[in-house]
Amino acid sequence: MKTDLSRRLPLLLVSAALFVAAAGASMMVGARTVPAAEVWRAFADFTGGTDQLVVRDLRLPRTILGVCVGAALGAAGVLIQSLTRNPLAEPGILGVTAGAGFMINVGVLAGVTASQGGQLLLAVAGAAIATLVVYAVGRTSPLRLVLAGVALSSVLMGISLGLRLTFPDVFDRHRFWSVGALAGSEQTPLVVPALVTVAALLAAMAATGPLNALVLGENVAHALGAHVARTRVIVLALVTLLAGVATAVAGPIVFVGLMVPHLARRLAGGSIPWTMAYAMLLGPVLLLAADVGARVLLPTGEVPVSVVTAFLGAPVLIWAVRRYGAATL
Amino acid sequence: MNGTLTLRAGPAVIHVERRTVVVSAALVVVAVVLALVALGRGQEWAGPGEVLAALAGYGDSAFVIRQWRLPRVVAALVFGAALGLAGAVFQNLTRNALGSPDVIGLDAGAYTGVLVAVTVLNGTAGQLAVGSVAGGLLAAVVIYLLSLDSGLSGMRLVVIGIAVNAMLTAVNSWIVLRAELDVAIAATGWNAGSLNGVDWSELRLPFAVLGGFVLLLMLISHAMHQAALGDEIAATSGVGLGRLRLLMVLAGVGCTATVTAVAGPIVFIALAAPQIGRRLARAGGVPLVPAALTGAVLLLAADLVAQLLLQPVALPVGVVTTAIGGCYLIWLLGMEVKRR
Repeated sequence: MKTDLSRRLPLLLVSAALFVAAAGASMMVGARTVPAAEVWRAFADFTGGTDQLVVRDLRLPRTILGVCVGAALGAAGVLIQSLTRNPLAEPGILGVTAGAGFMINVGVLAGVTASQGGQLLLAVAGAAIATLVVYAVGRTSPLRLVLAGVALSSVLMGISLGLRLTFPDVFDRHRFWSVGALAGSEQTPLVVPALVTVAALLAAMAATGPLNALVLGENVAHALGAHVARTRVIVLALVTLLAGVATAVAGPIVFVGLMVPHLARRLAGGSIPWTMAYAMLLGPVLLLAADVGARVLLPTGEVPVSVVTAFLGAPVLIWAVRRYGAATL
Repeated sequence: MNGTLTLRAGPAVIHVERRTVVVSAALVVVAVVLALVALGRGQEWAGPGEVLAALAGYGDSAFVIRQWRLPRVVAALVFGAALGLAGAVFQNLTRNALGSPDVIGLDAGAYTGVLVAVTVLNGTAGQLAVGSVAGGLLAAVVIYLLSLDSGLSGMRLVVIGIAVNAMLTAVNSWIVLRAELDVAIAATGWNAGSLNGVDWSELRLPFAVLGGFVLLLMLISHAMHQAALGDEIAATSGVGLGRLRLLMVLAGVGCTATVTAVAGPIVFIALAAPQIGRRLARAGGVPLVPAALTGAVLLLAADLVAQLLLQPVALPVGVVTTAIGGCYLIWLLGMEVKRR
């Protein structure tokens, strides 16, 4: 055990360092580059200069948002991949994100998203319904699960696009949200989503123990004293909560929940609690890096971060299919 | 010969299933009725008699019907047939109902080619056609190489195609965001796949190109049916499989890419039409003619729905086909789960 810990702890520290570096880059890079010293002064010695205002009012909320969304999607990916033992599972691919996004679109149309609480509830409800549908249709094989998710996503996104084209003024406020971007969300209050995310992340960490037993097979899990059915329900609920909240604040962002768990699992070498810990650090690293890249890619504006994650994540899906094929984890 | 018709024209002999002929005739009738409805649709509906008179050049509405509505209806029929053919070719090739060009990202590849032609070059009709075919072929090559070790058939190819599709879609949105504003606005209309505002001048070249690819398909259709029976049987009956597959990919990509160049990626038709046509004709393989006719009927019907659903807003037809097509795909998967 000691050798395991002596290998995993340094890796965890490296991940934490990457996390800090990504957060720092997210504060500095953009249309207006702010040097590191100025970022530091914006918090330590605030004088009200433009650079400092940019950092405090725009980049800080955006970075916090990226950290929350990245950690939530990474953790949700670990949970769903471990639960279904499916190396291709991911909340975005499985349509959970699309379900949440669709319900928000419907809510916008019905005019019930004025309160942030209502928006969060709608997103989680949509995520839950999508999870149930996809799981019912595709539970027999990993590849089928992916296809069911992609099919459901395309239906929901088609209808959402139709709604947006039909009622452009209603959706004007939601332009940034609907493409999956961290930009444009700086002004939304982050306290409630951040608190919900942190609570769900703690619960996810706690759920890794029973999940570790469940991965060994149902019989072994029973013998080890885990409540199989209860663990399943709790894990699925956490996945929908994490993916739903992340979608509610940042819009549909796919593939983060696929890439991060694969990377984290390689680092952790099979232990789900450690995988979860790495994923919670590396999810934000990936999302913030993609977001910084998105700011640089386009000289006159910004590419939505979901575009960058899709470009980075799709090769990981190809790799996973070729590596695992129809096999389970 | 039980249930089979034999047609002789000089040296050529064609055997056709009687049921296929009946189904095809019925599909043609449905297409004609839908076309009359679509031609008559407007602020004030024109009756079938008025539409026919206008087509012959008489009556007040002759200009409107012949110059404004007819191109759209003909485009829907021809493009639907082309997409149905492309789907049938690829489903034959991959022996998988899900292996159709729109699912595995060939549409997205063709669209990337179109966007490059518009933004980098100056976007003449010829460049659009070449760009879209090149993009579609490139996507096909990439998917083929990535799934080489697991064979052409099977779900793995489909999931790899879905991943390629996601990447290409990301690239496409990046190009649109980078582009000048007017290009970007034009491209958003295409993004979803739309027949809004097509006219005769845009359609001549695509129709000619499609005609060429359809001719190619007719030439290889016999060998395709042999190949569908299995690799050994095809080889013993003298079919060169390597060359046949290459020609099939070329014709399939050509059909789907030409449509994409004009109308943008219209998904679902290539996925569903061959399967529906096959079930109607109760055929063993994935026959081409019912697939083409079903595709024509489906696209025209979807375009009508897109125009009527939320009047006066005309939805891009791709939105309608995406929504219906996803439902169909879920149903298809659900049926397979039940059968186990």
